[in-house]
Amino acid sequence: MALSSSHPLAGTIAAWMWLLPVLPLLGFFINGALSILGSSHVGPSDPDMGHDDHDASPAASDQASHSHGGDSHAQAVPRFRALTAIIGPGVLILSFLLAASIFLAMRGVDMSAPFIQRYWSWMPVGDLRIDMAFQLDQLSMVMVLIITGVGALIHIFSVGYMSDDPGFARFFAYLNLFVFFMLMLVLGANYPILFVGWEGVGLCSYLLIGFWFTDNANASAGLKAFIVNRIGDVGVLIAMFMIFANLGTLDFTGVAAGAAGLPFGGALVTTICLFLFLGCTGKSAQLPLYVWLPDAMAGPTPVSALIHAATMVTAGVYLIVRSSFLFAMSPIASITVAVVGAVTALFAATIAMKQWDIKKVLAYSTISQLGYMFVGVGVGAYTAGIFHLATHAFFKALLFLGAGSVIHVMHAAYHHSGSHDDAQDMRNMGGMRKAMPITWIVMWIATLAISGIPPFAGFFSKDSILGSVYEHAGDSVLTNATWLGMSGHTVLLAVYVIGLAGAFLTAIYMTRLMLYTFHGPSRATADEQRHMHEAPWLMTGPLVVLGALSLAGGWLNLPSIMSFLGPVGGLDHWLEPVVGAATRTVTNGVALEASHSTEAALIGAAIVIAVLGIAVAVLALKPASLVPKAQSPAEHGFEKVLANKYYVDEAYDDAIVRPVYGLSKNVFWRGLDAGIIDNLFVNGSAALARGLGWIGARIQTGSTGVYAWAIVVGAIVVLSAFSFR
Amino acid sequence: MLAESLGLSAILFVIGVVGVLTRRNAIIIFMCVELMLNAVNLTFVALSRYYGMGGQVFVLFVMTVAAAEAAVGLAIIISIFRHRQTVDLRNINVMKG
Repeated sequence: MALSSSHPLAGTIAAWMWLLPVLPLLGFFINGALSILGSSHVGPSDPDMGHDDHDASPAASDQASHSHGGDSHAQAVPRFRALTAIIGPGVLILSFLLAASIFLAMRGVDMSAPFIQRYWSWMPVGDLRIDMAFQLDQLSMVMVLIITGVGALIHIFSVGYMSDDPGFARFFAYLNLFVFFMLMLVLGANYPILFVGWEGVGLCSYLLIGFWFTDNANASAGLKAFIVNRIGDVGVLIAMFMIFANLGTLDFTGVAAGAAGLPFGGALVTTICLFLFLGCTGKSAQLPLYVWLPDAMAGPTPVSALIHAATMVTAGVYLIVRSSFLFAMSPIASITVAVVGAVTALFAATIAMKQWDIKKVLAYSTISQLGYMFVGVGVGAYTAGIFHLATHAFFKALLFLGAGSVIHVMHAAYHHSGSHDDAQDMRNMGGMRKAMPITWIVMWIATLAISGIPPFAGFFSKDSILGSVYEHAGDSVLTNATWLGMSGHTVLLAVYVIGLAGAFLTAIYMTRLMLYTFHGPSRATADEQRHMHEAPWLMTGPLVVLGALSLAGGWLNLPSIMSFLGPVGGLDHWLEPVVGAATRTVTNGVALEASHSTEAALIGAAIVIAVLGIAVAVLALKPASLVPKAQSPAEHGFEKVLANKYYVDEAYDDAIVRPVYGLSKNVFWRGLDAGIIDNLFVNGSAALARGLGWIGARIQTGSTGVYAWAIVVGAIVVLSAFSFR
Repeated sequence: MLAESLGLSAILFVIGVVGVLTRRNAIIIFMCVELMLNAVNLTFVALSRYYGMGGQVFVLFVMTVAAAEAAVGLAIIISIFRHRQTVDLRNINVMKG
């Protein structure tokens, strides 16, 4: 292990950073082993479907009752459950404590260069030298703290949420594995290691979306996520190839140094950035590759919170900030990122307006908020993007976990009443605040945070992004760039307006979700209502912690105009060594500081928009007049278009999936595989051999005389050939 | 003397070849093969006068092999006759493809 001995962090606790991902990896191995050993019944099932599965597999239950001494209940509750419940969240808490200690050590030293640890040489091939190396800097520290911190809370929540599931240990094994890969992603010191993490989290996402894989729809949703992500991953691969071909290295430090030598705004750096961004649109669910994320809600709700809201889907934002030295060199790619982000933010927000499934609303909300992050990093406000990433991790994890609590309670109530209604449909809920006051309060905190109401976290981060867009539209290298024939100034102003419109819709759909779920009369039956009660403390505890973070997250990076609240720009200062140079490239070398009057006006506009959105929702929506799903009338007109998500899935199906399927079936399968390979090559060579054999058989007369003649004639021919040479 | 010896040898060999090619009786074909071998033996002996004793040594080898061949060949022919009651090769074509 070669340490960079001169670094101020060498010899401190930061030298143990390799343990950060190794702890969850250990958790994966232990929980994976427990999953295999602990239950003879590895297959998944819904908590209320356990009995069906039990009856459906008499052979398996026979086997189980032998090994458990005839105790038929032994397999309903998996063995080693308590051990899994300790190890699963435990490794995450240890990781978080280690990360916090390293964070404290980092605060104590003056650190301008990243702390890189090389463990072994991974791919030494010719000029290509890729080390297995981790890089600790301010950016990866922020990500590690979010992943392990929010991850630990979600793990604890999962102990309660998944308590009845037969796949308990398997769930935690996958979840631990996910955290391992996510930490690889943010700690890797070069693009290939980042890519290993990038693919690994995709794998875990697939495994966890299809966690209840006996339901075909869940398995398909997992496949869809995996396949759509592959399209983006090809982009990352191509970008990596191009970086290596032109700069000769894939280390972040090496690429950062080499990028400065590339021509500013050149075709090369723009192409690299656009390919990287293609990967981001897949992983972070942006247009046009966002379609997998809403379907990913088929997984257990803690998975939606951890993977499909707080961490994995933000990997694209991290990749762009990590590659900020490249993106800052290409105004065209940067504006593309901002435009795609803005359009996605508004597009997804409109769809969220008309969804009834509580998790689908949150899924489109996540897509929309990721759009804001890309707007931030697209206009060169890399800190603002990471800031929103952090606050979003808090409040969106809280929203998902809160929704998970509600679903858990609805599910339990339906279990008692024997109802088969949709436990996730808001039309079947209503009035939940009476049964679940804690969840109700923390969910409102998260809703106000995402809507952008001060002093909640989302207000500061969203304002930071929109403010940067406005400022960078006025004076930055993006202002004078030309993007598809339009001036950068115009495009960024349009992005700003779209962002404001999206913020308005965000406030509306989130208030709608809260009104329909928690307010108004309950639409459940009286019997079901009696069985509704607050979730156990294991589940509400993490909610309260996340609620506090959603409330206070804004203090991470206060705008200078709000210096009366505390120290300003904390995250700006913290991330300066990582993104400072790139930010200055975008801002022509000057630190952009809007006048306080402009900043006040921007903040005022954001607050007005958010309050207006909530007011419109409260005034226009009547939770009391809502009827349960089964009695709901069909939507008409534009509402129907929104409820059907603009028919994008259908359009992709017609435009891409079916043609590809038809091409595969008729050309590649029937034409190429069955026609040319099977018929021409395989059967053709057999027919050729058979034909030659037929000719050979005709020569083989069996008559000795003919053979004798053949020998003599042959001998004469050979001898004459020798004598006439 | 050499020319006469080689001439006789050639005549004997050709008689053997023609016999193999034209006759149908396995015994006669067999005798013709022996004739060809002995024609070659005659050549060896005749040339050994000019090229050393190697030819005569070789003749001994050929006669040994021919004796062994005669034993095996005749056994096969007898065996065929027991199965088919004939040694006419026109009737023996079980190896026809």
